[in-house]
This record gives sequence, C-alpha cells and structure tokens, in this order.
Amino acid sequence: MDRNLTHRNRRRVLKAVHFVALFLTMAIICIPGLWIVLNSFRPTVEIMAKPPVWTPSFTLDHYRAMFGGAGEGGVPVFSYFRNSMIVSVTSTVIAILIGMSGGYAFARYRFKGKGAYFVGLMLFRAVPGVALSLPLFIVFARVGIIDTHFGLILAYVAMNVPFTVWLTDGFFRQIPKELHEAAEIDGCTRWQAFWKVEFPVARSGVASAAIFAFLTSWNEFALASQLTRSVGSKTMPVGLLDFTAEFTINWGGMCALAVLMIIPALILTFLVQKHLIAGLTFGGVKG
Amino acid sequence: MTEVTLSNVVKNYGAHRAVHGIDLDIQHGEFVVLVGPSGCGKSTTLRMIAGLEAISGGDVSIGGRIVNDLPPRERNISMVFQNYALYPHMTVRENLGFSLAIKKKAPEEIIAAVDEAAAILGLDELMDRKPAELSGGQRQRVAMGRAIVRHPDVFLFDEPLSNLDAKLRTQMRVEIKKLHQKVGNTIIYVTHDQVEAMTLADRIVLMQDGHIVQVGTPLELFDKPVNTFVATFIGSPPMNLIDGIVRGDNAVELHAPSSGGLHGGLTIPLPSTARGRVSDGQAIKFGFRADNLMPMGHAVEEGGERTELDLPVTLTEPLGTETLLFTEVAGTEVQAKMYNPRPVRPGETLKFQLMLDKCHIFDAATSNAIRG
Ligand SMILES: Nc1ncnc2c1ncn2[C@@H]1O[C@H](COP(=O)(O)OP(=O)(O)O)[C@@H](O)[C@H]1O
Ligand SMILES: [Mg+2]
Repeated sequence: MDRNLTHRNRRRVLKAVHFVALFLTMAIICIPGLWIVLNSFRPTVEIMAKPPVWTPSFTLDHYRAMFGGAGEGGVPVFSYFRNSMIVSVTSTVIAILIGMSGGYAFARYRFKGKGAYFVGLMLFRAVPGVALSLPLFIVFARVGIIDTHFGLILAYVAMNVPFTVWLTDGFFRQIPKELHEAAEIDGCTRWQAFWKVEFPVARSGVASAAIFAFLTSWNEFALASQLTRSVGSKTMPVGLLDFTAEFTINWGGMCALAVLMIIPALILTFLVQKHLIAGLTFGGVKG
Repeated sequence: MTEVTLSNVVKNYGAHRAVHGIDLDIQHGEFVVLVGPSGCGKSTTLRMIAGLEAISGGDVSIGGRIVNDLPPRERNISMVFQNYALYPHMTVRENLGFSLAIKKKAPEEIIAAVDEAAAILGLDELMDRKPAELSGGQRQRVAMGRAIVRHPDVFLFDEPLSNLDAKLRTQMRVEIKKLHQKVGNTIIYVTHDQVEAMTLADRIVLMQDGHIVQVGTPLELFDKPVNTFVATFIGSPPMNLIDGIVRGDNAVELHAPSSGGLHGGLTIPLPSTARGRVSDGQAIKFGFRADNLMPMGHAVEEGGERTELDLPVTLTEPLGTETLLFTEVAGTEVQAKMYNPRPVRPGETLKFQLMLDKCHIFDAATSNAIRG
C-alpha cells in the first residue's frame, strides 16, 4: 500500500520533470524564431527600446519598406528569392541524384577500399565551409565562375553529397536485398528493380535527405557571402547584409526578410513531413 | 518439359568454397527438397539456379538450355523467399500482378491471371491490403501467389515456412503439397527441417558442407542412409548410434565411446546382413531407430532376427500414441519406443527386444554404411 503510493508519486514527479524539460527545450528552439517574427512587425523604436516594451504594437512598415524603392530601404527581394530558389533546388536535385547513387552503391555493393572511401567522404563533410571560402573564392575567380549561380550550385552540391550518401546508405541498408532479387526474378532489370521497388520503398529516406540538403543550401551564408557579389546571384541570407549600413543595422527590415526566408522552408517541411514521419514500412518482409 | 540439371556446379566466395561441384538431375514436375544443416550451401545452390548468384564453375541448365550467364528474368523461374520479400509499397493485387505488368501484358490478362492465383490461394479478401496489414501466414500465401501468377517453369522455395509458427507451418506444408499437385510444376525447395523434407519431397537431396551426401526418396534416405550423418539427420528421434567392435564373424561388442573397447562391453549377435562384410576386430558404429527397440510383451510382428536386452529406463516421454523411453546401452544413451503405453517408473529395468534385421552397421573410420 505504502510502496504503491510512493511509486505512484514518483511516477507523477517524473512526469512533471519530463514536461518541464520538454517545455524548456522547445522554448530554447522556438523563441528566437518567434522573436524574429515579432520584431518584423514592430516599429524600430520599439525594437531598440530600453527597457523593453512588453506590449508590442503592430506595423507593416518594414515589409512596405523592403518591397519599396532602393532609396527608402528597399532590397531586391524578388531577385534574392529567385536566386535562392534556383541555387537551392538545383543543388538539391543534383546532390540527391549523386548522393543516392553513392548511398545505394555503399549499401549494396562490395568494392575495394569501401570503408576508407566512406570515412573520407564523412571527413570531407567535417571541414567547415568558412575554411573553404577563401580557397574556393580564388579558384572560382580564376575559373571565372565567381558571382554565378553555377559556382554556388557546384559548392553546395559538394557540400551536400557526403551527407546524402551517408543518409541514403542507411536507408537502403535497411531494405532487404531480397526485394530487388524478387523484382529481378519477376522480370525486372537491375535498373527497373531499383526504380520500381527499392526507390519507392526508400522514398521517405530520400525525402529527408532532400529536405536536409535543401535547408543547408537555403540557409547557407558563409560561402555564399564570398562567392556572390551582385543582385544577379546573391541569395537571401546574403541579402540580409543589405540591411547593415556603416553605423546602423536595420533590425526590423532584417527580421522581415528573415521571415520571408523562413516561410518557404516551413512550407516545404510541412509538405514532406508526412514522409519524414511515416518512416519505412517494412511490412513486406518478415512477420 | 523443364528438367533442371546441375553439373559440377561450384561456388566460391573469395577463398571460401561454399559449394563443391554438385551434380543433380531434376525431372519435369518433380518436387525436390534440398535439406541439410544451416550453412551447408542449400541457399547458395538455389540462388545459383535462380541466377541471383553467379556460378564459379560448372553448368546449370533449365529445360535443356544452359543458363549460366542468363539474368534471373530470362530463366522463367519464380522464387519464394524466407522473408517473403513482398513489395511493401504495393497492395496484394499489385504484388501479384507485378511480374505481368513488367512484361507489359494487357490489363485484362493481368486481372484474369491475378484473380486465378488469388482464387487458388484464397486471397480474394485481401487484395487491396498492403503487406504490412497481413499476418505471417497471409504474407506467405501472397508470396506463393506472386510465384504462381506467371506460370513459371520452375518454382524455387527458400525456407518459405521457417518464419511461421508450428501450427501454421504444418498447414502451409499441406497447401504447398496440394499446390504442387494442382499446378504440377517442377519445384526445388530448400529447408533445414527434415520433417518438411520427408513430408514434401518426391526426392530429397541431403547436403553437408557444400557436398551432396545422398539423393533419394524420403524412404530410401530413412531406410538406407549411406552414412551416419544421413542416419542421424533424417528421422525423429535421430537414429541411435553405439560404438562397437566386431568379434569373430557373428558378434558385435558394444561399448561406451570413451572406453575404446578395452573393458568388456555388451556383446550381441551381428545382424546377418552384415556378415561377411566386416572383419574381426573392425571398429563400427551400430545404429538402430527407436522403433526397433521396444519392451517385450508388445504385440509386434513375429519373425525376423531379434535379440533381448535388459535395460534400465531413465526417462519417459509420453507422446500419445507412443511413448519414448530413454535408456542406456553399453554406456550410451539411446531411445526406445513403446506403443501400448503403460506406466513405467524411471529406474525400472525392462526387458527389451532389438530388431537386428532393422539395424545399420557403419564403418567407424569412414562413417559409411556397410550393407548388402
Ligand atoms: N555472400 C556471401 N559471402 C560469403 N560467404 C557466403 C555468402 N553467402 C553464403 N556464404 C557462405 O556459404 C556457405 C553456405 O551458405 P548458404 O548457402 O546460405 O547455407 P544454407 O545451407 O544455410 O542456406 C556458408 O558457409 C556461408 O557462410
Ligand atoms: Mg539458407
């Protein structure tokens, strides 16, 4: 009786602790984002006010200014957005195609130096992008692809391939090889067996790899800030710099642009979320 | 006509040789079971027939056509895997129709073939479910359905029942046999379970360490095992084997394995079938099945050679129609059978009779059977 009670109490306490910990974690993750959204709708005075103003007022001034003329704090939002889209989507598609082939090869085939090759890829991923920015800048400048979509896409593909290989390798490894064997016996070529059976089954894995690659490219700043110069190629993260002047920073405008940046990422995540959560359904094998 | 012929088929995995030059002729419509302990090369052999595994040497031919280098899709075979390998993203209907869809058959034709297979296997209710929504037995059935839909020349089964529980396994075993009677195709079936092999096979191929040890009908393997491996692998409980030494030309002295025959063991008559085939002092293994050692006083057929032994019963296992008795002959544990059960107390000594004409003599050095 007594013991029952203590155990029940302990379980209650644990539950409460669990809840508080979860709340704190979510707060830490969400508050900066919330802060950005809030600030994008507040007058500059209020953002800078000390002590802080607790009851926010609402204004669309920053958005109006951002889309306004170049003279009144406007930035070429549409160009930046288009650049970001072109670069992120293209580099993601290419990285997924290459990375998926690589991941599949690592998962299915045996070849010499496989382990070393794999570790090498992962090490490559461990090099911080900033450290590469200067060498890349010099090389790109010589080759003449500085300040182009192509240059940035190339850099992002290189950045995303190792991670995609690693992720899709894990997913393909979980698919029993009997699936493609069954497909081959059913009349498929190796190529058909992949596209008709293994790829659809690994779809969720590929989708998560794609979203990671997309977000990496979409948010990347360090390389982009070096490799792009003009309105024709600057991406949105680099565009944020337009709000910094010599002595002032237009926080409100920056937040407004940041909100515009977050929205597509958010939409994409919601669209793909189903696949991310669905995980792999391995009902086809074993009982 | 689709015979399957293996001649001197070899499989190497790097330096490891998994299959050592196998020769096998399988007739059209025959149900052949490859059986053997785990790791003996059954799956490898089957996968070489399927074309999933390249062969390292020899020839595989299906229907008189050498298929060594043909991909699986050109061999007109179908295969049921141990884990079923159903396509998880397709419904049962799509799973069944997949092979026909790949061949770009007309939709009406696919529907007809799928419905026919579904009817044979009783899958009609499940057609729109995904594999994840099926029970183990149902998945098994779908896997078989997928195999029969396109009327292949040869069915290959790799341990199709080993993921099922005992009851379902027995049930599916019967269904597979019925299926074979209905469609009449050549079937090559791999299992490690000798009961499955005995019940299903027209012919059993017993393998060990990448070699074929014996090929024959289930009864041939049961009654005339070529060596002690076959004798102990086929049949349940396994054949009793006792070390022995031939004494003179008509007696055997049985002894415990460790004694090396130095201490006097139990001397019994040498079965007449072995007389003249063994020599005085030859070390042998003396084998008999539990059915051929039974307590006296049972209504058993008269005649035949037999000898009487007084043996202590250490343990009994009542199985319903029969009771297994564990006892000891010359220091070796053996099993006997009793068909009209009466209570036996452990420790009780009973008078047993051993049917000598049903006993097997194996050479101790080579393990090979010695018989006429
Ligand atoms: N892909 C492989 N690589 C290396 N060795 C293998 C491979 N597949 C099977 N083997 C080896 O070949 C032998 C036979 O395996 P297998 O045919 O699967 O046995 P089983 O009779 O249990 O089906 C085993 O010793 C196994 O370890
Ligand atoms: Mg096997």
